[in-house]
Amino acid sequence: MADVNRGNRPLSPHLQIYRPQITSVTSIFTRITGNALIVTAVLIVWWLLAASTSEAYFNVANAVITSWFGKLVMVLSLWAVWYHFLAGLRHLYWDSGRGFDIPTATKLGWGVIIGSLVLTLLTFIVI
Amino acid sequence: MVQFTLPKNSKIRTGKTWPKPEGKNIRKFQIYRWTPDDGENPRVDTYFLDMDKCGPMVLDALIKIKNEVDPTLSFRRSCREGICGSCAMNIGGINTLACIYGLDEVKGDVKIYPLPHMPVVRDLIPDLTHFYAQHESVMPWLETKTNTPQKEWRQSIDDRKKLDGLYECVMCACCSTSCPSYWWNGDKYLGPAALLHAYRWIIDSRDEATGERLDDLEDPFKLYRCHTIMNCAKTCPKGLNPAKAISEIKHMMVERIA
Repeated sequence: MADVNRGNRPLSPHLQIYRPQITSVTSIFTRITGNALIVTAVLIVWWLLAASTSEAYFNVANAVITSWFGKLVMVLSLWAVWYHFLAGLRHLYWDSGRGFDIPTATKLGWGVIIGSLVLTLLTFIVI
Repeated sequence: MVQFTLPKNSKIRTGKTWPKPEGKNIRKFQIYRWTPDDGENPRVDTYFLDMDKCGPMVLDALIKIKNEVDPTLSFRRSCREGICGSCAMNIGGINTLACIYGLDEVKGDVKIYPLPHMPVVRDLIPDLTHFYAQHESVMPWLETKTNTPQKEWRQSIDDRKKLDGLYECVMCACCSTSCPSYWWNGDKYLGPAALLHAYRWIIDSRDEATGERLDDLEDPFKLYRCHTIMNCAKTCPKGLNPAKAISEIKHMMVERIA
């Protein structure tokens, strides 16, 4: 090819310009909630470890986890658990070979979002 | 690898604003421009067209700009009826064919970019060399071992039906370049278009290389980088569903072990 500038071709924009889709947004949030929950799990293990170490150490850990920020993390994690759970169910359904048509996939996406919010609220009411 | 931002030579500058024509029904177009000739970064130019004097499709507007406003604007086009796949580009944030996408389907200003995450040859023309090489790698032809029949390779009506929704693909690359997984791992992941074609030959009743085809895809990257993000199926201008085809391949992978 008679192109003199083959090595310096720019990369066309991607994330910057692509319109978010309900399926793509719910997909990336599955990954984000999954990774965030690892951090929460470590935090809770630390809390339990502190409790089994000494009273003074537990008081420190407990203060962190029951502070307003700690509570915020726990509330978000509660939502993340439900979200990740429902998104996992969606993947199982897809793995069965069903739900790939666009209307169904769109409904599944909204189902995961709305379902996770409702379940978080219900958990709150029950606890 | 995942890189969310654009490389230094790809960052987009504000470009030129072209003169506004007279008229009541003026529409604004923002179009990605890059030329290999001046050593500058890409830019987005602003054009205005009188919609009362323009055809209904995005491609009509592009041709009008090239004919009447700025002859240096470059884009691929050929059949103007959605069968050649040449005018694939990103319009209003989704990938589609400019010739069959109506200007009335775009909300607000019309923003046009080349297909995402591809090397740009010029303006709206991406380099599809790698994309075509991946297509070739799935052996998109009939592979047979038995002797060639005297007349033709026969197929039942039911077996032929299995190819519907697959053979219609025009290789425009809208799906693959809409896929975040292809953006980050396009060097090793085959992407929705090549995988749809792979499946088209895997389920062809006349093909005799099904095992070899599946062997070739049994790889951490080629097939399994599909995470069912579904951008491919949502954006396909021909209404096909590569995500479903990929899922069918994954099924066959499991079934042949079981």
